[in-house]
Amino acid sequence: MKTPDVPTLLDRMADQTRQYLARHDIDNPMVVGIHSGGVWIAEHLRERLGVERPLGKLDISFYRDDFSRIGMHPQVRPSELPEDLDGVHVLLVDDVLYTGRTIRAALNELFDYGRPASVTLAVLVERDGRELPIAAAIVGEHMELGTREQIKLRGPEPLRLERVTLETDGDADA
Amino acid sequence: MSDTVDTPVLAGATRLPEPGPLPNHLQLTDDGQLRHLLTIEGLNRDLLNEILDTAESFANMNEKAVKKVPLLRGKTIVNLFFEASTRTRTTFELAAKRLSADVLNINISTSSAVKGESLLDTLRNLEAMNVDMFVVRHEESGTAHFIARHVAPGISVLNAGDGRHAHPTQALLDMFTIRRHKGDFTKLKVAIVGDILHSRVARSQIHALNILQTGEVRVVAPCSLLPANVDQLGVHVYNDLDAGLKDVDVIIMLRLQRERMEHAHLPSEHEYYQLFGLTSRRLQLAHPTCLVMHPGPANRGVEIESAVADGPHSVILQQVTYGISVRQAVMSMVMGAHQS
Repeated sequence: MKTPDVPTLLDRMADQTRQYLARHDIDNPMVVGIHSGGVWIAEHLRERLGVERPLGKLDISFYRDDFSRIGMHPQVRPSELPEDLDGVHVLLVDDVLYTGRTIRAALNELFDYGRPASVTLAVLVERDGRELPIAAAIVGEHMELGTREQIKLRGPEPLRLERVTLETDGDADA
Repeated sequence: MSDTVDTPVLAGATRLPEPGPLPNHLQLTDDGQLRHLLTIEGLNRDLLNEILDTAESFANMNEKAVKKVPLLRGKTIVNLFFEASTRTRTTFELAAKRLSADVLNINISTSSAVKGESLLDTLRNLEAMNVDMFVVRHEESGTAHFIARHVAPGISVLNAGDGRHAHPTQALLDMFTIRRHKGDFTKLKVAIVGDILHSRVARSQIHALNILQTGEVRVVAPCSLLPANVDQLGVHVYNDLDAGLKDVDVIIMLRLQRERMEHAHLPSEHEYYQLFGLTSRRLQLAHPTCLVMHPGPANRGVEIESAVADGPHSVILQQVTYGISVRQAVMSMVMGAHQS
C-alpha cells in the first residue's frame, strides 16, 4: 500500500496549525520536536509557519516508562529548550502517535523546564493503539495499521514514510 | 580478586588477594553490556565512548533548573564505604538522587566491622532489604570484585576505589574532561605526574587512555614512586618533570599521600615540590593550551602550586562537576543492562 507523501502532510499540518492558533488566540508558539523524527517534522513546520522562536528539541530517553523493562537507550541526545517555558505556548511535534507513552514522557520532561501556558500536540501520522488518554489536535494523516505493522519516518532528507511489518507483535512506544 | 576466593572476609580485617587480570566475564553481560563496573581493564573503546556519550547527555541535564529525571525511580542504591571519601561518596549520592533512586549511605568502619560482622553477612543483610546497587570503596584491592562475585543476580556493583587497584569512575570522569576540552585522543600527549606506585587512579587512567588510543601517555615520577612493571602498561616513563612536561596537552597531577614520606619513599615534601611540583614556570614547558587536572584533594605547595591549581589551565573543579554526569551514565547503564 502506498504511504502518504510527507511534504503534502506537512502542508496540511501547517494549515491546521494556523487555524488552531488563530482559534485559540496563540501568537508565536515555541515549536518543540521529539527526537528524531519529531524534530525533523518540527523544523519543517516551524519554517512553514514562520515562527520566530528558536526550535526546541526533546530526547525523552530519561523519562520513558519502560526503562525497567528494556534498559538504557543506546543513543541519548541532549534535549535543547532554548528558553524558559514558563507562560509559553508550546507546539509539541512528533512523527507518529501510537500508544501515547512517548508523549506522556515528553510532557513530564517539558514540565521540568517550566510551566507552559499550553501544550498542543501535532503529529504527522496518528494510528490506532492508544494506551493512554492522549490525543493530537493537529494530525497530518490518520492510518489504520495491523498490530504487526508500524509506520516509520525516514529522513532527514528526503523525508518519507515507510510501512514496516514486524515478525512478532510490535511494542512500539510512539 | 582471584576466582578461587569464596570464603567470607572480615570487613577491613583480612587482606584480599590482588585482583585477577580478566574480570570481563564478571562485569559484562553476554552481549557486552556493562553489568558491574569494577575496572577499566578489558573494556573496549566502543563501550568507553558509549559511557562518555551517555555522560554528555547527563551533563546537559545537570545544567537545567530541575536536575532530576525519573530513570531509576524505585531503585535503591547503597554507598558501601569502608574507607572515607567525602567527594566521591557525595558525587555518587548526588548522581543517584538526580536519577530519582533512593540512597543509603553506610560507613562500615563505624558499623558492622566494629561488631565483627563479616562482609558477606553485611551483604546478605543488605540484599534482604531488596537493594539494587552497591557502590563500594575499600582499602583492599579486589573488594569490589569479591562483592560482585557474591551478590545476588540483578544487583550491580560499582567500584568507587579499591586499594591500589582501580578507581574506574574517576578515570572515566578524567577521560570525559579531556574529551570535552580536547576532543580526539589520538592526537594528544598526556602526562600523569606523581605517585604512580600507590595510585589506583593512575592505573585506571592509563588503561582508559590506552583503550581510547591516546597519542602518547607519559608517567612522570621519582623511581621510588613507580611500579616495577610500569613499562608494561604502554607508557613512556620520565624521572625528570621538565622533560616529561615538554609539549604535553594534558597534565594529570596525582595527590602525594603524605604518609609515603614516612616510609622512606621520598626525602621530604620540600624536595618533592622542588623536583616534581607543578609550578607556573614548569607549566610553560607544556603546550600553551595544556589542561591541568587533579583527582583531588590537591596538596598545594607539595605537588602543585596554588596559582596553577586555580589558574586558567586548571579544570580541577570541572572534573568534580563532570564526575556526577559520568556516575549517572554508569549507574543507568548497569541498571539498564540488568533489565534488558
